[in-house]
Amino acid sequence: MIVAAMQIFSHRRNATKRLFLGAALWVLAVGLLLPTATAFAQAVAADTSGVKIDGTYGFGLPPDVSEHGWQIDRLINILHVFMAILFVGWGIFLVRCLVLYRKKPGHAASYELLKAKPAKYAEIVVMVFEVIVLVGFSMPVWASVKNDLPKDSENPFKVRVIAEQFAWNFHYPGPDGVFGRSAPQFVNGADNPAGIDRSDQAGKDDLVAGELHFPVGEPIICELTSKDVIHSFFLPVMRIKQDTIPGMRIPVWFKAKQSGNYEVACAQLCGNNHYKMKALMVIEPRAKFDEWLKKKSEIIEFKED
Amino acid sequence: MSGESHHGSSGHHGNESHHELGFLRKWVFSIDHKVIGIQYTITSLCFLFLGFCLMMLMRWQLAYPLKPLPFIGHWFSEQIMPGGIMLPEFYNSLGAMHGTIMVFLGVVPLLVGGFGNYVMPLQIGAPDMSFPKLNMMSYWVYFCGGVVMLASFFMPGGAANSGWTSYAPLSVISQQGPTFYAKFFSGQTFWLMGMVFLITSSLLGSVNFIVTIIQLRAKGMTMFRLPFFVWSQFVTAFLLLLAFPPLEAAGVLQLMDRLAGTSFFMPSGLIVSGQAAPYTGGGSPLLWQHLFWFLAHPEVYVLILPGLGIVAEVIANNTRKPLWGYRIMIYAIVFLGFMSFIVWAHHMFMTGMGTKISAFFAATTMIISIPSVVVLTAMLLSLHRSSIRFSVPMLFALAFLPMFAIGGLTGLPLGLPASDIHLHDTYYVIGHFHYVVVPGSIFAIFAGIYHWYPKATGRKLNEVLGKMHFWLSVIFANGVFFPMFFQGMAGVSRRLYDQTAYAHGEAIQSLARMSSWSAWCLGLAQLPFILNFFMSMFAGKKVKENPWDATTLEWAAPSPPPHGNFLTEPVVYRGPYEYSVPGNPRDFYPQFVTEA
Amino acid sequence: MSTQVLPYTVHPHPITGVYSGKLGTWLFLASEVMLFGALFSTYVLLRIGAGDAWPSHHDTHLSIPIGTINTLVLIVSSVTMVMAWASLKMGNLSMGRAYLAVTVLLAITFLVVKFFFEYKVKWAAGTRPSTSTFFAIYFTLTGLHAIHILGGIVVISYFLFPGVGLWKKDPEYYTNRIECTGLYWHFVDLVWIFLFPVLYLM
Repeated sequence: MIVAAMQIFSHRRNATKRLFLGAALWVLAVGLLLPTATAFAQAVAADTSGVKIDGTYGFGLPPDVSEHGWQIDRLINILHVFMAILFVGWGIFLVRCLVLYRKKPGHAASYELLKAKPAKYAEIVVMVFEVIVLVGFSMPVWASVKNDLPKDSENPFKVRVIAEQFAWNFHYPGPDGVFGRSAPQFVNGADNPAGIDRSDQAGKDDLVAGELHFPVGEPIICELTSKDVIHSFFLPVMRIKQDTIPGMRIPVWFKAKQSGNYEVACAQLCGNNHYKMKALMVIEPRAKFDEWLKKKSEIIEFKED
Repeated sequence: MSGESHHGSSGHHGNESHHELGFLRKWVFSIDHKVIGIQYTITSLCFLFLGFCLMMLMRWQLAYPLKPLPFIGHWFSEQIMPGGIMLPEFYNSLGAMHGTIMVFLGVVPLLVGGFGNYVMPLQIGAPDMSFPKLNMMSYWVYFCGGVVMLASFFMPGGAANSGWTSYAPLSVISQQGPTFYAKFFSGQTFWLMGMVFLITSSLLGSVNFIVTIIQLRAKGMTMFRLPFFVWSQFVTAFLLLLAFPPLEAAGVLQLMDRLAGTSFFMPSGLIVSGQAAPYTGGGSPLLWQHLFWFLAHPEVYVLILPGLGIVAEVIANNTRKPLWGYRIMIYAIVFLGFMSFIVWAHHMFMTGMGTKISAFFAATTMIISIPSVVVLTAMLLSLHRSSIRFSVPMLFALAFLPMFAIGGLTGLPLGLPASDIHLHDTYYVIGHFHYVVVPGSIFAIFAGIYHWYPKATGRKLNEVLGKMHFWLSVIFANGVFFPMFFQGMAGVSRRLYDQTAYAHGEAIQSLARMSSWSAWCLGLAQLPFILNFFMSMFAGKKVKENPWDATTLEWAAPSPPPHGNFLTEPVVYRGPYEYSVPGNPRDFYPQFVTEA
Repeated sequence: MSTQVLPYTVHPHPITGVYSGKLGTWLFLASEVMLFGALFSTYVLLRIGAGDAWPSHHDTHLSIPIGTINTLVLIVSSVTMVMAWASLKMGNLSMGRAYLAVTVLLAITFLVVKFFFEYKVKWAAGTRPSTSTFFAIYFTLTGLHAIHILGGIVVISYFLFPGVGLWKKDPEYYTNRIECTGLYWHFVDLVWIFLFPVLYLM
């Protein structure tokens, strides 16, 4: 019976093949086009947690509200153009070979190998290109984003970010602009998630929020750490990503060029509710930010009374 | 196509040059490399299928978050899928186990244990592996590792759920119980023990491979007459030998952290859900990542090198032309092997790395891309002025080239620290390495199965079913993985239970649905293959020893080869890919033939 | 079993100059170097990270005399291992077996000292691997080393008693296997020679 089944297959070979290719193309067309269409239809601002998130999201990179982000986007774009050129080049050669050199009567393979000067040049071009993007477009960006923190003279605004399963805590120095001492032994649930030593003078007015607020157009330094496991501080619209590692304090900095409400994401698997570990990022003009900070610290003072 | 392909040294005397063994000794505890190779192949194909099923389950949650799984949702216990809706912990278990099973129990054992064991000794003209008993042992240790991994699904709390990378401290604190008993019988502990088994198995295997290739080559088989596949296995064996022990060490250390309460990976002052964690501290979470990636980057090359080897064999055979730059390709993969030990930290750019160190690892990463490009280019150039036979293995090998190119090229933005800032740990990474492994390694595996099936069974696989399998697979594999690049660009993190939690994820949820539907169709696309695989054992077209008119030594042995492989001792006279030699009446000139 | 005999199991390969078992043993040892290399790197990294918090050998209460005795025991056992191989090479089985027996006894001595004079004392004093990073490393590394010693004991005992039949079939084959065992044994000793100063003296 099995043999018979196989024979049917081999007899109907051409018909099956044609039918099958047709079906395949159809599936491909529907599979690719339909979701593409719906994706564009959906590419509007979404409302996730009661607060309207600004920006238009869809295919391609998310909106960029940072001052440095264009350099990263530029690198990504250059790389993809290069990749596309290389891929199309290879592809043309491949398809050409498949068409020209398919087995047919009267055609035999040549024992001689191609003298591949163009291949050698292509290889050299790839190498040179890689050196250029590494030295010219990657290293400087990395150095400025991850390492060259703004100096104190530029008056950067500092926030400490303390990650935990599954929340972000943002620790602000309060009106005095100085962080109080903090240590793990002071952590006390929701009352003191950042472990601030309230007996320290500088720590009295420190406040901790679940939302990341900062003023637009000013250099911001986030000092990242984690209480439990490794998380990753990801600001898609700010082109910032940095792991938060328990036992380490790692600074990142950025400058926003535009106000709005955006999201803070966790990019490193940190447990069951990893997918829910997000926070609101509010970029606002200095005056509004000061107002928010003042209101927040009043709540703290009220609580201490 | 096949026909007269019997000549020279191999004679036709039935296949009984040894006395019969009992069933158990012949098929279960066999020391014959071919039987062990088949055992590896079947076992790892089962694991591949299992890993694929786990993924198809996950794809439901990804496509339709928090909706009950239709039809089969109620098969699962209420503890992991209440009302048919997958819980995040189950989703994370599926994710971690999908990765682990695919890499450590599926692809690597299939490429190295399966193809390496079966084909490599035949290709070098050896009667068996150097240490046949060790070979049997490495299979059974692998099998035990698989059983331990499977058992972990039945632990309280489910299988390991901290990702296949098991980053500490999450992996140390998750699934922890109050007593030693509870700590021991947990998914993560079983994962670690399973890994120790699998690593041990790989070590035994790699020693065997290297010694066999060095010591047991047939007369006349110099190193530069070895088929490219053997070279790829040789380099792979060195990677396994030297890269796996650090992970074994790391596994032991993590077991100590979990079971004995040490703090190798636990820094001071950990506070887990508001409570101070019971660890003295002083450890380093990054230590785990260094030890893990020191293995896992070479492991990436372990996944792809044997695949490149298979594709090279199939291409040379079906273009009827020598491989372009055989020696250059060998130098390239040896260089690749060396370099793979000094690129590991490009997985760790986001851990707070300074400019100098990140520049170093980015530079080594750019350097390692060069030999990969060389190998790929060499294979493409091999097509020039050839005579391409579109057999099923060749189709898979040809699809491998552009697909692997996509996988390789998309590594570029990830290897450069600046662009990695945005793309790190997003779906872009998933798309990248799945393009390397699925239409890369796994297509190479299929090419290899279609190519060597006649050798192992004496029968060919059905061409029509094969072509059906090929076209469906190639379409749907792209359908699964191509949308991931867009998801990654948009900033959707990997390992997300529900991407619609974020605005940028919700906007492109349709892409997740497209991936899912493609994945389920890709599952269906494997049915012709499964059918073909079993049917052809009984009903496939019978073939002689050299159905593909190939030149390498495995085709000198009968199909299937008897215990001891060759009927007469093979002697090698020339390089591995002497196709279409001018002045030769036939278009192939096997290594084992004295004259045309 | 098949009738088939693999080449170069006993006699060296004309080009590489070694028989397969020896090559395999060297490769296995290379992987062992990577294993212990990773563990020693862990030690270095954690010790650098700890800075002044690292306990001096004064605080750890590791007994240098006991460690020294065990070091000597292992060094002597390495010598007896070589003597066993040399005796077998000269065709003297009984002498070879005697030296093997001494090697096993020395190895057992090492383990007895390790367990009863070191681990047990520490355990009784309440010291656990979780006590500090130092003891985590101490117990893990010496424990792993002890497992290697145990493996050596099993292998040598096998060749001492049931495996000795091989001598009657093929003395050279048997001698080769003892040589490979010896290579492993020297490696295990070497690991201890690194462990001793690292844990007891530094």
